[in-house]
Amino acid sequence: MIEALRQKKYLQFILLVIFFLILCVVITPSEGNWFWRLPPLIKELPLIINNGVDYVMFDWWLIDVWDPDIEEYEEKPLMNQFTRSASGVVLFMIEFVREIFLGGVKTIVTFTGWDWATENEWARWPALPWTVVAGGAAILGYALKGPRLALFVGFTFVYIAVFGQWEPSMETLSFVLIAAPMSVLLGLLLGIWAFRNKYVEMVLNPILNVMQIMPHFSYLVPVVVFFGIGDHAGAIATVIFATPPMVRLTILGLKKLSPEIAEAGLMSGCNNRQLLFKVLIPTARRDILIGVNQVIMSCLAMVVIASLIGAKGLGNNLLIALNQLRIGLALELGVCIVLIAIMLDRLSLAWADKQVDYFADLSFVERHKFSLMFGVVFIVGVLLALIGSLVFKEGFNYLYLIPHNKGITTQDFWQAGVDWVWDTFFYALKSFNEWFIVEVLVPVKSAYLAMPVAATFVLAMGIGYIVGGARVGLAVGGFLLFIALTEWWDRALITAYLMTLSVLISTFIGVVMGTLCAQNPVTTRIMLTICDTFQTFPSFIYLIPVMMLFGVTDTSVLIAIVVYATVPATRYTIQGLLSVPPQLHEAGSMSGVNRVQRYLAIELPMAFPHMALGINQTVVFALSMVIIGALIGTDDLGQLILKSLSDKDGVGNGLVLGLCVAFIGLAIDQVLRTWANQRKQALGLA
Amino acid sequence: MKFVTKLAALSLLVASFGFSNVANAKDSTKPIVIPIHNWSSQIVMAYVIGGIFESIGDNVEYVPADSQAVYESIRNGDVTISHEVWQSTFGKSFYNAMTKGGVIDAGTHAATTLEEMGVPTWVVEKGLCPGLPNWEALKSEECYKNFTTADSGGKGRWLEGPQSWHGDLMPERLKALGLDDKWTVKFAGGADALWTELASAKKEGRGTVVFNWTPNFTDAEGFTFIEFPAYTDGCRKADGGEGKCGSPKGWLKKAANYKFPKTHPHAYTIFSQLSFTTPQIGQMAALVDVDKMDHKDAAKQWLKDNEAIWKPWTQAGM
Repeated sequence: MIEALRQKKYLQFILLVIFFLILCVVITPSEGNWFWRLPPLIKELPLIINNGVDYVMFDWWLIDVWDPDIEEYEEKPLMNQFTRSASGVVLFMIEFVREIFLGGVKTIVTFTGWDWATENEWARWPALPWTVVAGGAAILGYALKGPRLALFVGFTFVYIAVFGQWEPSMETLSFVLIAAPMSVLLGLLLGIWAFRNKYVEMVLNPILNVMQIMPHFSYLVPVVVFFGIGDHAGAIATVIFATPPMVRLTILGLKKLSPEIAEAGLMSGCNNRQLLFKVLIPTARRDILIGVNQVIMSCLAMVVIASLIGAKGLGNNLLIALNQLRIGLALELGVCIVLIAIMLDRLSLAWADKQVDYFADLSFVERHKFSLMFGVVFIVGVLLALIGSLVFKEGFNYLYLIPHNKGITTQDFWQAGVDWVWDTFFYALKSFNEWFIVEVLVPVKSAYLAMPVAATFVLAMGIGYIVGGARVGLAVGGFLLFIALTEWWDRALITAYLMTLSVLISTFIGVVMGTLCAQNPVTTRIMLTICDTFQTFPSFIYLIPVMMLFGVTDTSVLIAIVVYATVPATRYTIQGLLSVPPQLHEAGSMSGVNRVQRYLAIELPMAFPHMALGINQTVVFALSMVIIGALIGTDDLGQLILKSLSDKDGVGNGLVLGLCVAFIGLAIDQVLRTWANQRKQALGLA
Repeated sequence: MKFVTKLAALSLLVASFGFSNVANAKDSTKPIVIPIHNWSSQIVMAYVIGGIFESIGDNVEYVPADSQAVYESIRNGDVTISHEVWQSTFGKSFYNAMTKGGVIDAGTHAATTLEEMGVPTWVVEKGLCPGLPNWEALKSEECYKNFTTADSGGKGRWLEGPQSWHGDLMPERLKALGLDDKWTVKFAGGADALWTELASAKKEGRGTVVFNWTPNFTDAEGFTFIEFPAYTDGCRKADGGEGKCGSPKGWLKKAANYKFPKTHPHAYTIFSQLSFTTPQIGQMAALVDVDKMDHKDAAKQWLKDNEAIWKPWTQAGM
């Protein structure tokens, strides 16, 4: 009996569940019972963090600073001065790029001061006509890849201009053009450092884990306190969000290289720096590129959130449009964001793929043909703008800058579409919604809340132990302990309930869709593009239609999460299935399996480790979306994180709540990752 | 020379404390930073106030900001002013920042505000809750049964704003008035959720009780606020009272960074005098919500049409 229990994992699981259920029944819910709920021993933690931050930012190391505006010396803390100068640098870079596109006075002010610029009205930097920007970008696309990319890039800019979103789009673009390279550079540097130094990697790893899962809302207030409000603050929050995958993939890429490559480099007489930059990094390009792709996607996914702390552009306009329930307009703005994301992604890919031809012997014209082409476009564009200023009298020069919201628009069409869906499906959906809430959501939620804390620990740690031994079990327990000792355990249970349901649904849909689409290269490509789109498409937009149909209920939250969290499940399923070597398919077919058998017995098990990582990502996506779901109306951790934006102790509350969410994710991550690695080893893939 | 500048600074300081005659003080050319939130009247008013400041030659900059987190930014000087501080929704954040230091109260608008639970007027007309707007009507079963939802457990539902707005005020009020066995409170995630609920309830013709305020764009379609027992100082649970009272007729304040009077004495004088009435705020919102104008264009239009109102403020500061 005991021998069988040791051998068979499913028996262990059954025993665990029985024990869990017994605990649930035996333990009585009461305030003082520690088996029911642990006392909030670290309730003070947010306050401590808060006081710490306040001290560092406002009281530590005061220095006298001359304030020319009020002509007085003011005592200012050193840290504050330091972070404000850092944000000043970032802001200058963003403004500089922005004024190349849109014109303005800030860059001139930086060098001359407001007094001078106010007196000299002529000292304004002129904007580039939109035709020049669009043409120049198309030439860039052509130079990097070819006519097809040029066409796509050109189309993107023309779309943006024609739909009257030029100004906000350029504001967003200038913001991304600074935030994305900052993330890439920082990620590359940290990745290289971690690659060279084991200790750095050891320290970095858990930090990256937390950063990746921590909901972005929770560090908005700290960023505002440290760096102020404005585009720079948005950029810094974006960098925090976008850097971890870059670091991860840099380390991964460098580690994968075979030692022969490094040796070949050394034999050719490289010094250390040459070895790194001329040999190792170019060879690891593929993985590093995936990192760049992830950075760009994350940057644009942050556009809306960054606008909560001062980033101008599409994100801010989108929030305003949603507040007026103008879904059509919001949709157009969303499309602009997605187009910019895809365009930047394709351009950066093309740039990295471009091989330098060291042996070409070109004439001056050949070498500089793209610059010359741009010169021509520039002159033509400026001329057109001049002509435009003569033709259009009413103040809008359509050949220079198409003014905001004066372009053509399809928003009425989309609005009508939303209304049509409403009119057609509402009553069917309503009865489904009622059934779903009464029969599924409410019972599951109360079941989660009825779990005694001891039983939860036994179940979670038990699963960890069975899957990965004592180490994993203890890690899971540690993460949960932190949450249980805050005063937010019940809230965390509600978050867990929403997450569990949505991960189950997303995984099911993702695996089924991924499997179907992976059967054919065309559908695969279409599906991956859809995944890209949904990953960058601002999730705020579909919150409103979903709310229209399902009301301010948990169903709406769940659907919003599922739409977003199905992306990684689908993507990793496709990639996992495609990574199964074709020889294996053939070996299977030769042994006489039919299509279904081959799928179930060969492809699925072989793809499983990859898919497990997909489920892992699904959990991360679901958790981040649970927080956005708070904008619909939930009573979980997300609602409190939103609340921390106005709290007196907002910094501490936000961070600790964010950690709680991150720790839920990390606990699941521990188990899933260990399991996937075991499967990999068993299959000989690792 | 140094003495002179010091004297000037001193006179500025004195001037900002009540003497309206700041004749020769010149405003700094540094931009005045005005926050942009996500509702129409606030955005239009931001551009209106910005336009007034520009008319006296000051530089202005606009920055998108979260309406709750903005007070911390004003305190730090990253944002200069906030021109719509609603008593019951932002009062807490405003006073929190003031306690920490760095934010000053720059006066009150003429407009009074009301932030209260209510129903769209057609709900009253349809007789879904006979006896409204008196709150006693909520007690009857023929009322609350029309406001139940799938997850409300048979009780009528109040859709309140996010908890960050007034904490547990509404659940406490339900309990104090003895309505908690008939009604329950659901916290929405934001203003969008409230407007969506209004729109979908209207389409469906179903009753709904939501948190709302006036002046707001919903005024145009008709919104009836429930009349609770009158507000008295300290009647709320959080202030030590029983909680058996409705919301007060609220103020709409203006906030500024403490340096603003010193750096931009003229602009500050205008800002402290400036006061909009409920219809004026409604007008600004309507230009965007009803006439579908762009926020900036709406502000230009309003400034053009109402010179008689805002010109005197700029004169007074001279």
